[in-house]
Amino acid sequence: MWRSCLLFGIVFWLAGVLPSYSFVAYVSNEKGNTVSVIDTDKWAVIKTIKVGQRPRGIEFTGDGKFVLVAVGDDDTIQMIDTSTQEVADTLPSGPDPELFVQDKAGKVLYVANENDNTVTLIDLERRARMGDIQVGVEPEGMAISPDGKMLINTSETTNMAHFIDTETRQIVANVLVDSRPRFAAFKGDGSELWVSSEIGGTVSVIDPAKHVVTTKITFEIPGLRQEAIQPVGISITADDKTAFVALGPANRVAVVDVASHKVIKYLLVGQRVWHMAFTPDQKYLLVTNGISNDVSVIDVAALKVIKTIQVGELPWGITIAKQ
Amino acid sequence: MFETRTTSFLGPGKVPEGYLIWPLVGLLFVLNWSVMALAADPIEIGVGYLRRATVKPTLSLVEQPAADDGIAGARLAIDDNNTTGKFLNQHFTLHEMRLKQADDPVKAVTALADQNIAFVVTDLPAEALIKAADAVRDRGVVLFNAGATDDRLREEDCRANVIHVAPTRSMLADALAQYLVWKQWKRWLMVVGSHDEDKLFADALRRSAARFGAKIVQERVFEDTGGARRTDSGVTLIQRQMPVFTQQAPAYDILVAADESEVFASYLPYRTWDPRPVAGSAGLVPKSWDAAQDQWGAVQMQNRFLKLNSRHMTALDMQAWTAVRMIGEAASRVNSPDRKAVFDFIKGPDFSVAAFKGQRLTVRPWNLQLRQPIFLADGRMVVSVSPQEGFLHQVSELDTLGIDQPETRCKLH
Repeated sequence: MWRSCLLFGIVFWLAGVLPSYSFVAYVSNEKGNTVSVIDTDKWAVIKTIKVGQRPRGIEFTGDGKFVLVAVGDDDTIQMIDTSTQEVADTLPSGPDPELFVQDKAGKVLYVANENDNTVTLIDLERRARMGDIQVGVEPEGMAISPDGKMLINTSETTNMAHFIDTETRQIVANVLVDSRPRFAAFKGDGSELWVSSEIGGTVSVIDPAKHVVTTKITFEIPGLRQEAIQPVGISITADDKTAFVALGPANRVAVVDVASHKVIKYLLVGQRVWHMAFTPDQKYLLVTNGISNDVSVIDVAALKVIKTIQVGELPWGITIAKQ
Repeated sequence: MFETRTTSFLGPGKVPEGYLIWPLVGLLFVLNWSVMALAADPIEIGVGYLRRATVKPTLSLVEQPAADDGIAGARLAIDDNNTTGKFLNQHFTLHEMRLKQADDPVKAVTALADQNIAFVVTDLPAEALIKAADAVRDRGVVLFNAGATDDRLREEDCRANVIHVAPTRSMLADALAQYLVWKQWKRWLMVVGSHDEDKLFADALRRSAARFGAKIVQERVFEDTGGARRTDSGVTLIQRQMPVFTQQAPAYDILVAADESEVFASYLPYRTWDPRPVAGSAGLVPKSWDAAQDQWGAVQMQNRFLKLNSRHMTALDMQAWTAVRMIGEAASRVNSPDRKAVFDFIKGPDFSVAAFKGQRLTVRPWNLQLRQPIFLADGRMVVSVSPQEGFLHQVSELDTLGIDQPETRCKLH
């Protein structure tokens, strides 16, 4: 008995002495016009920030000083100062910004503008617009290759992944995927690009060098109609072994073995699961559940949902960094 | 005899003649030759649009269809197809024909076929549509029915070269019935107009009531005695007429009106003898699209439409948009303008189209009807979308709307 007490004591002592790696997650609530701030130690919302209308795409800046959030109905991107947790400034995006991505150096922000079929480039230092690139109808998903040379944009009605050379800012290839491509993610080694098709119900795996779809990942959940399976958010672990795909109104996250492209498990989360982010130590994956207004916490090693956190109305995007 | 117009978007025809030509030529020389070769001769895909010249008057002034109702949606889809087409070297053009009352649909569709147009979107009444379809069947022309809701076109009078984008009356009635049953408004007082199409809609509503367990407690017929839809002192008279017309009804939950002819239904809300809601042709209306629909990315669509046409998007606009997008979608998938390849793909198991309705739309192989969710709208807001939760089906929940495969009388050949 005393042994376990001692063990307990040591654990508590360690917890107090070791530097605490606490992280903070920012969740955009599309309908609530707020951003919920979650402390990943307490697994609780510690602050709710009022932002502009219809916040969706949300990302930390490379230096961690700001959280950028696209407020589509205000036609701008707001900058939340992470030290004060208040909106500090806005960026001149085009109309109705939804998703965006930054280059590695943190200098250029690429924004998908759904209303005028363009990708807008923003100089992050000057906070000024640099130019536009014409893409397909309703640009949405954005990704940058690990080497920074290729920008990917997916267009929802054109049903393509556009490959844009970040140097010349010209489209070099267009790859047709299934209906309504929503999100794009590179494997860490840059050898594969994954694109989710919400209406098509698949994830296309693309060879970024040859610009061809090499395989399509499909999802089947017994007892669930095929139309309800709508893949959106994708996250691949840093070791490139496991991928997680949010399946929207199927209320599940698919766990995919990256090497074989096979689904190994479906995790039941909340309703209309949308986007996701890892904690920086890759131990946990947080996913937003739009209709149930909460965030599910997935233990990445155990592949289990361990916690549900209530946030604002219609949680959409999520970004996590060190506090 | 026809009013013919050809419109091309994003095409070189948009540049005013003689203007800008010389700087353009200079620019062309600077351009990389390989890029130019690619841009030089895109594959042309012509889409015909055949429609009736007259729009029927509505009771409500705000619901009066615009002169370009339907075709405006087709124009936007041509635009969308061309944005995609520029990456695939495909270029779409729209060829519009308006049929006046006496005009022969056979001549019109033959004229389009003579221009080597393989796909024709139609907004025609049932009889004209059948004539047009039969006239060009052997020439490999496929019609996309965007305007006719008649069930018989998908049943006993179905044709192998007609794809139906418009929902049927039975789909619309089922969509409404599912919601009313879910809402526990199961006792219906039905009022039917005296015209043929009103009776057809009433037939569909009776079928839906029986199918989903609603009860029509009484039916009344509203005779069209003629007269102007708009008079300077109209409201006073209607206010006296409608309560009287609806009095002494058995106990009911909701009044369901079948009035496609626009004679009386819109006069009913707020004027019934008993305080009851109205649905069907007025009040809560089932339709394939509504200007208030903002779910599933639809705001982008509504904005795009508004920008191009300076007005709101109607159900007919959406049906025409979807028809043209189906052609564009299939042409991009098979990467060919070949009419047989495109048509076969649309009929095949791999085809689906996204139309801002929350799920993929596919084609029923047994009668070539597009499966689709149906909106229930009150004129200001979308109240609900059917199929309702809990109405299950072994193939697709969308097949809980309309006449299903086991009951079909369609034989495609």
